[in-house]
Amino acid sequence: MTSAAKQITRQQVEDFLFHEAALLDEWRLSEWLDLFTKTCGYYVPPTDVPEGDHHTSLFLIADDRERLESRVGQLMGRFVHAEHPRSRTRRLISNVRIREPSGDTLRVTSNFIVYRIRLEVTDAYVGRYEHTLVHRDGGLKIRERRAILDLDALRPQGKISILL
Amino acid sequence: MADTMDSRRLSELVIDDRERGLFRVHRSVFTDPDILARERERIFDRCWIYAGHESEVRKPGDFVTRRVAGRPVIITRGRDGKVRVLLNTCTHRGAMVCREPAGNARVHQCFYHGWSFTPEGKLSGIPGRAAYSEAFDQRELGLREPPGGTSVYRDFIFVNFYPANDVPLEDYLWNAKDYLDLVADQSAGRMEIVSGTQSYTVRANYKLLVENSIDGYHAMTTHKRYFDWLVDANAMDRMETEFLRDADESRRFSPRALGNGHSVPGRAVASWGRPMAHWIPYFGKERESHFKEMYRNAVERLGQERAHQVCMCSGNLQIFPNLLINDIMSTNIRTYYPVEPGCVEVSSWCLGPEEEEPEERALRLDNFVSFLGPGGFASPDDIEVVEVCQRGYETVGEVNYSDVSRGMKRSSLSERDELQIRAFWRQWSRLMNAEEPVSIHDRPGL
Ligand code: FES
Ligand SMILES: [Fe+2]
Repeated sequence: MTSAAKQITRQQVEDFLFHEAALLDEWRLSEWLDLFTKTCGYYVPPTDVPEGDHHTSLFLIADDRERLESRVGQLMGRFVHAEHPRSRTRRLISNVRIREPSGDTLRVTSNFIVYRIRLEVTDAYVGRYEHTLVHRDGGLKIRERRAILDLDALRPQGKISILL
Repeated sequence: MADTMDSRRLSELVIDDRERGLFRVHRSVFTDPDILARERERIFDRCWIYAGHESEVRKPGDFVTRRVAGRPVIITRGRDGKVRVLLNTCTHRGAMVCREPAGNARVHQCFYHGWSFTPEGKLSGIPGRAAYSEAFDQRELGLREPPGGTSVYRDFIFVNFYPANDVPLEDYLWNAKDYLDLVADQSAGRMEIVSGTQSYTVRANYKLLVENSIDGYHAMTTHKRYFDWLVDANAMDRMETEFLRDADESRRFSPRALGNGHSVPGRAVASWGRPMAHWIPYFGKERESHFKEMYRNAVERLGQERAHQVCMCSGNLQIFPNLLINDIMSTNIRTYYPVEPGCVEVSSWCLGPEEEEPEERALRLDNFVSFLGPGGFASPDDIEVVEVCQRGYETVGEVNYSDVSRGMKRSSLSERDELQIRAFWRQWSRLMNAEEPVSIHDRPGL
């Protein structure tokens, strides 16, 4: 019998990633949070150690489920000054590839450009996503999401106050 | 450029009226390119500037490259075991000799014409050496070092670009040494830079970041969301944040000027935890006993009083002009260098004891990223605030001065007062104002 993950097509995965991107661009962040499993991780490694481990390297972002919930709650609240007024963001996601499907889990890589536009400044974040998706109840959920930047440094972007 | 600045104007940039208790800074210091040119000459090219940490180049041949005070440098450890900071420009025609961010090399070869240099900076190979005249002296053509010297204090490497520099690093650091000691003493052996650099740009004048980093006044307004999170995550006691909000400032940290423009907003027990033996419930009950044991070891090594200072207390340390050490819920080393009046490059690292166990190292990193850096729950708002100050200064023609008077004429100061920021500006003004460049020595405890 083939595993559940092996039956997932690239089109299904793309639909999922495009939906995820739309939720983020539309600031529907609690719906976005619902895409994650109960234990999950959201990581942005440092630009000089893109393949690092957050237990041993200083990351830009290393959120577990609790931290991520708090991040989303803060972003939806009034006190994230860096996102008040909110940025407009636009994400372009491409080159989606399914890697290592096994059991109910599949690892998916894709390329991204995320534009952040705010107070007349436009910044572009370029990199690749690594999603670990699980097939649950007929749908996909995110167990781990890594946004790996190709930038040498956050110059000139400066901060990652949006969800990458 | 610098000599076109008239001295009357210069002397009015920082108004320090101790009599009346008023301190004002003219906002053109954040926007004027002539001021920046003078700062490069009078400040960055005269003071000792932090370059790196010995732990970044452990073995002979190890190197890292970066910009320090605007210059590309190679920090290397020679085969003689000595750390050097070499200017990363070929003495032949100028190409950057090393373009890797870090590594280990027995020679650094310039790819333009193939000259090669040892990790000690000596020029060791010249293709077609025989074609040069007798006057051509290969020994003079090693990679250059900062003319004012390279000096190390407790593994912190500093350089000086002033050829006539006569101030030893330890004299320059003055009372800031005691606070560097508190950081270095976290380890029974040595401290080390943890892998991973947060490098970012802020669209603001570097001095706004200096002010912001030692400004205790903004914590509960700018960082409300961070403190709310600490409470929610059970990482800080609600009473404590109520207290932080409170008008009673008597129990607060007390700021100190440390001489030469260095300062601390104060050092005291804070209610966040420190992976350096300061346990809080957020770290998990199962770790409590190990923290107690770490603390006992620290007491044995350092004595009761010093162990308390090193392990339990938190504080920021500003070393003039552009090094900031946050020794708080984690230990952060951060440097600033202005690219333009309204643009600064920041590099930020995490420091930890090299003997630290994996669980505590992970906690240290977790604590760090929760608060600090481009994706933390605090730094993005600091970046935002200095950027909108910079935008506000487009009105510098109409609104000339900023106020830095808080706490003047008050007998007992808290970190919400601005003495630590005034200490920076007093030294800044002193170096910028002098007819002739003056000695970087200041009166200690100014
Ligand atoms: S410039 Fe380096 S060898 Fe010529
Ligand atoms: Fe701050």
